[in-house]
Amino acid sequence: MTVIADQPTEHGPRPPAGPAVAAARPAPGPAADEGLARRLKALACTAPLHDLDSRKVMLAGEYGGYAMAEVGLAAIDLVTLNMDFDTGADREIVLARLLPRVAAQAPGRPAAEHQRVGRWVLESLINVGSVDRGFRAVYGTFGADGEYVRRDYDFKLIEEVPGPDGGVYLRTTDEAVNVLVGALDTDVTSAQIAAEVKLEVLIRRGRLADAQLAAEQARYRTVQYAETLRRALEATRRNVRAVDWMQAIPDLIDEALDHIADRYRHENAILTNIRKARDEAEDPEHKRRAAELVDIVKDCIRRHTQLQTRLLEAGPLFRAEQDRQAFATPGARSGIDLYGQLLAPVLRLPIAQAVRPTGAFFARGTGLRTPASVRVADLVDLLLTPPVEREHLGAELPDPDLVATPDDSRFSEAQLEAALVLLDLPADAPRRLSGLLAEAREQDPELPYLVALLAVHAASPPVGTAYRQGEERLLFAVDDGTPLHDPEFGGADLVVGSALLDAAGMAADRKDAG
Amino acid sequence: MTTHHDTSWAPETEPAAPAPITPADVADAARLVSFGLQAKLLPARDTEYAELVRRHREDPPFARLADAVATGMGLVVLEVSPRAGMAVAAAEDSVFAVRMGDYSRRAASESTDRFLHGLAHLAVAAMAFPRPEDLSDDGYLGRITVNGVDAFVRQACRRLEEQAAADGDNTDPQSDAPGLEAAWRVWARRTATGATKDARRLSGSTIGIVAKAVLFLVDSGFLQKVSDDAGGTYRTTARYQLQVRDLAGGAAMAELLDLGIVPVSDGSASLLPPDTGDDLVADAGLPFHSL
Repeated sequence: MTVIADQPTEHGPRPPAGPAVAAARPAPGPAADEGLARRLKALACTAPLHDLDSRKVMLAGEYGGYAMAEVGLAAIDLVTLNMDFDTGADREIVLARLLPRVAAQAPGRPAAEHQRVGRWVLESLINVGSVDRGFRAVYGTFGADGEYVRRDYDFKLIEEVPGPDGGVYLRTTDEAVNVLVGALDTDVTSAQIAAEVKLEVLIRRGRLADAQLAAEQARYRTVQYAETLRRALEATRRNVRAVDWMQAIPDLIDEALDHIADRYRHENAILTNIRKARDEAEDPEHKRRAAELVDIVKDCIRRHTQLQTRLLEAGPLFRAEQDRQAFATPGARSGIDLYGQLLAPVLRLPIAQAVRPTGAFFARGTGLRTPASVRVADLVDLLLTPPVEREHLGAELPDPDLVATPDDSRFSEAQLEAALVLLDLPADAPRRLSGLLAEAREQDPELPYLVALLAVHAASPPVGTAYRQGEERLLFAVDDGTPLHDPEFGGADLVVGSALLDAAGMAADRKDAG
Repeated sequence: MTTHHDTSWAPETEPAAPAPITPADVADAARLVSFGLQAKLLPARDTEYAELVRRHREDPPFARLADAVATGMGLVVLEVSPRAGMAVAAAEDSVFAVRMGDYSRRAASESTDRFLHGLAHLAVAAMAFPRPEDLSDDGYLGRITVNGVDAFVRQACRRLEEQAAADGDNTDPQSDAPGLEAAWRVWARRTATGATKDARRLSGSTIGIVAKAVLFLVDSGFLQKVSDDAGGTYRTTARYQLQVRDLAGGAAMAELLDLGIVPVSDGSASLLPPDTGDDLVADAGLPFHSL
């Protein structure tokens, strides 16, 4: 109640103060403003997930039963865990692992729909429809002169990257990892240590559910560590000087190696602990959780091994690249430095200006094209010219000897005619198949076979075709349970009749549908 | 028609040349230019072409005649040599010039796409000739890969982003002034690649844009495919070096100067540490070397 009472008084004085003093800002300083902007951005990162649930009603079909945000978060999880050091996560693997969760949400629905949901969620998180394949949120800040500015914040959650085999792989972005684990925008190492300590305490106390959460968080941090290193090494391969090999990288490598040594100790200790918990646990739920935890920790150890291998390769890689890049002989003459003098300055320009130099480069740097033009006279000639005889047509094919096949149709046209006359029943007087067969047998001993065939065919009348073609009557046959007593045929004594169709009504319907 | 055209040139060349110019000479000159228009054809592959190139080098009146024919057709002669053949480029507004609107339909309407396509061409050249010497050394052959070019630009963008973050700048563009967005953000924002229904490259992605540029340059006789590695590996031709050195680089530079940006020359580091070493790295984007 006090909150409600406070609100008007708080709002009261503010409007007059705003216009009176232009410099008055609701935020006490640029730092607070920046903090607000950062939180707005963090909030924006979750929007695509909420959006999934609000957009599912627009899908054609019954998708209300799926919790799309949950599937989305699970997809981000899977991509993060499946992306390895060099490439990203394989899309099909991610989709396959996502499927059980989707299926569990709506067990009654067909598997094809589950796949469709998984695919839709993944594509929505990539934002396949947009040309950037990313998201944009708008937020406001105050400029240095107190002026309010709206800005665009562009971000991606899952991005598609090229793999070494030419395929397209998925990677989660830093933003996505932040959304996923929350407030990860901290120093990787300190967050890692905190998580470890927490994990050990939790295990000692037997709180396995919490321990699992902590272990999973530790694994995300490990992935993030590897990602930082991967970028630095990739940059080194392109240009040694782009990366600080004097200070930053050696520090990072030392830190990472220390960290790995440390992690080994911790994780092996944890592993022993949980194994004990797993083996001694009475409660099956506890046992299951402990077993899961063992898997997670094993995966952590696997990831550390991978990271360590990369770390050991980093030094030699740097030296080799330095040799290769530094000892390339400088030429005597000097031309334009395309990167330093053109590309780098252009990238700094605002886009409206940058278009000019790139446009000029394009106009003069793409080469020439000879325009294709055809005169009408040539066109006529061209079209009337017979195709050129090909010289190499291969061996001549022998003319096949065609043998006239005997007409082996079982029934003649006249028989069909007779059968159709027989089956041309008035709409209000259906007949039994037995009667029709007897009548047919009187005309021709072969005829009953054709009549029986047509009657059986009519048991599943082509209604759709009749509807489309606007036919006025349709032959049908119904089994009412009476057995057929006939010297030649067995089965049900079908009731055969003609149904009149409302041709005009159907035509109107078709028009509406069209 | 050409004959007429050339008789009007004849008086100019005649005082210098003792031998009169015959229609046959003009036909030969025009033939040489037509060879030059077939960008992928090299004198080494065609004896008649090689003979005409030799004549161009040894017979100055014939050289002037051929150059004049080219100029009349709206072409700029960059070089006539056995290695490059008759390297001609389209003059501005010539019928042979490539227009951005014909090159990419999207680029005709979207200024960001126009920028991305232009930048892709610039980046291909920058990666093909990373050091100033590479551009001036006639014997230099550059190697690029499609994925490498994209990674190279992204790396440059990331550095600018880090720099901006270190300076405490907010680079998010203002919503009502999209034209003020920093150029590097446009590339960084665009997806690198993307899965498509038919397993082709996503044309709007940056790798798709680079691939388009590279294929176009192959058709222009500027690049030759070496292998399919890393999205396609290519090497440069003499013509490409000439085109970038003598035309494109200068044209883009003039625009930059016009915008008031004076990039300091001298490859040795001023604006940026020379990011030049880069380019021998044709294998950027491939897995690690084991050493």
